[in-house]
Amino acid sequence: MGGGRTHEEKTTYREAMREALREALRSDDRVFLMGEDVGRYGGCFGVSLGLLEEFGPERVRDTPLSESAFVGAGIGAALAGMRPIVEIMTVNFSLLALDQILNNAATLLHMSGGQLPVPLVIRMTTGAGRQLAAQHSHSLEGWYAHIPGIRVLAPATLEDARHMLAPALADPDPVLIFEHGSLYNVSGELRPPSEAMDLDHAAIRRAGTDISLITYGGSLPKALAAADELAAEGIRAEVIDLRALRPLDDAAITASVARTHRAVVIDEAWRTGSLAAEVSARIAEGSFYELDAPVERVCSAEVPIPYARRLEQAALPQTADIVAAAHRAVD
Amino acid sequence: MSPAGTTRAKKAPAPQKTARTAAKKTTTMKKTKSARGPTTRVPAAGPDTAHRMELLEDMLRIRRFEERCVELYSAAKIRGFVHLYIGEEAVAVGVNEALTPEDAVVSTYREHGHALARGITAEAVMAEMYGRTTGCSGGRGGSMHLFDASRRFYGGNAIVAGGLPLAAGLALADHMRGQTHVTCCFFGDGAFAEGEFHETANLAALWKLPLLLICENNLYAMGTALERHEAQTDLAMRATSYGMVAWAVDGMDVEAVERAARQAVEGIRAGTGPHFLELRTYRFRAHSMYDPDRYREKGEIEQWKSRDPISLLTDRMRENRELSDEDVARIEQRITAEVDHAVEAAEQAPEEPVGHLLHHVTSSSARAVG
Ligand SMILES: Cc1ncc(C[n+]2csc(CCOP(=O)(O)OP(=O)(O)O)c2C)c(N)n1
Ligand SMILES: [Mg+2]
Repeated sequence: MGGGRTHEEKTTYREAMREALREALRSDDRVFLMGEDVGRYGGCFGVSLGLLEEFGPERVRDTPLSESAFVGAGIGAALAGMRPIVEIMTVNFSLLALDQILNNAATLLHMSGGQLPVPLVIRMTTGAGRQLAAQHSHSLEGWYAHIPGIRVLAPATLEDARHMLAPALADPDPVLIFEHGSLYNVSGELRPPSEAMDLDHAAIRRAGTDISLITYGGSLPKALAAADELAAEGIRAEVIDLRALRPLDDAAITASVARTHRAVVIDEAWRTGSLAAEVSARIAEGSFYELDAPVERVCSAEVPIPYARRLEQAALPQTADIVAAAHRAVD
Repeated sequence: MSPAGTTRAKKAPAPQKTARTAAKKTTTMKKTKSARGPTTRVPAAGPDTAHRMELLEDMLRIRRFEERCVELYSAAKIRGFVHLYIGEEAVAVGVNEALTPEDAVVSTYREHGHALARGITAEAVMAEMYGRTTGCSGGRGGSMHLFDASRRFYGGNAIVAGGLPLAAGLALADHMRGQTHVTCCFFGDGAFAEGEFHETANLAALWKLPLLLICENNLYAMGTALERHEAQTDLAMRATSYGMVAWAVDGMDVEAVERAARQAVEGIRAGTGPHFLELRTYRFRAHSMYDPDRYREKGEIEQWKSRDPISLLTDRMRENRELSDEDVARIEQRITAEVDHAVEAAEQAPEEPVGHLLHHVTSSSARAVG
């Protein structure tokens, strides 16, 4: 991040991401960024703005609208020793590359009997909240978290936006990074990473003893706001940011529930077959005798995300829903 | 060039000419030399006798290996989907002649021929089909997923057209590092209907990637004949629409395949971007061991068998008086011993312990031993 930053200076999530990309491109010439409009346009959400000018069109590579071909090309380039970062505009579009991600990236190491690791990073936007309707707003990261052979990350803070990319690139296996669209403009002071940044551990974003609010990505700010409201009522909520959706940090979940004996899982995806379902099942399996109340879930309504603001907001998990779920568990 | 009974035969006696002309017209290439297919066969300029012997042995190895696979399949020694290459051997063997060990190969589920031509041993392939530890994929892949990183053989892909984007990426990496390696990707006529083929063709041509696209047009995608799955069946001509050099080749004539592949590879190494060869061939056996083969006429199969790539070459060599019965017997003997040995070794090889089930899911699980 350059040393001369003054204390008051603020960084956005978008800038933190960009800085991570810049650092990766500077420090390793095997790294290149490729995707639709990452170069001349500056990235569909402006993340890679200015990188083309700095690194040139070979390393900041605009692609045609061919999700399958350029994701597959990232896999091939990774096999051949490069360290590609592939950007897909949104998770909805990643479905056009699902074949490459699942059938190639996630399986080649295994099918080849360990001969072919795929050191590839794929970044994409996820989530709702910007009135983009049903083909730009879904949260499908839980589907990817279903797949053995890949790592799935959901940076929710400025620090993770800034510091998750380097270890993701160092991972010999495919890593998918999900950036919630509502986070790009979040702004604050970027703190240096407290410990060595690892990709295996969940983080306690707020400590508490009465209930665990377990979440990730775009729902973290809502969970923290809910914890504030609960604190005003004297309920001390612990907020767990999963950070990595695969592999899940079972130990962190178990430890938190052992402290609080109650849990609410907040996930912007649909409830049915969701990551929230997985986390709840693991709590039931591993912490059943610790629980003083049934596990609560706050997820999106089971509807394609609608355009109209009132409807969209009604479909999504809200701070009030989290508070209400916590009350059900605590009362 | 092809027996009657297909649209192709009805269409043109020498379809490769049409496609080649089309390639010349539509290509953006400056080096017209590489855009031009071979016009006449000049035996004197072709490979010498020793080379033809090698081509013969390589094709025979694939043929005999797969005939053994049929027996072993019937004996339930090997299982799963097994797709035979019998009838198409000239393609793998001819194309491989144009490649160096530094080049990369991406293949399909019909890949025994590609793997053996690439130099993966019959032993390693057979052990893989037996699901043994000594198999070229440690028993995780089977017939459809043969791999050998040391030979840059990036495997059998069982998703039709799924290997194409990956091949473009291998080529991209070489291209970005200024290496002159070529990536060769095999796929079928059926793959031509997939979006992944068209996305990759455009991307590779746009970025001038060193990619050799080998379309094995055996006239069928499982039970669906070419004219029932393509609105325009001249595949080479269609490939030229992406701005790459493309032409059709007699895929039953191993020497013609080799010449075409060498010419294409030369063009690619010269930096002129991807080249597409449509290899007109035919599979003599069913699509897979499961296929009752009810969708084509026996007569059609027999007609194509009259252009068996192996007899085509042996007839030519006998005509040239460069092949004797003793030569053939010697080669057959060597191959029988090789295949026998592969089977014996596979029979005796250890099975992968169940305790290794979760190995190679991620690189950290791959490192786990015991
Ligand atoms: C994406 C996908 N769709 C369908 C299949 C089932 N399938 C396997 S092989 C095949 C036919 C492919 O034909 P072609 O590309 O001509 O290759 P060939 O088998 O003739 O060598 C089909 C439909 C598959 N494996 N992958
Ligand atoms: Mg076919």
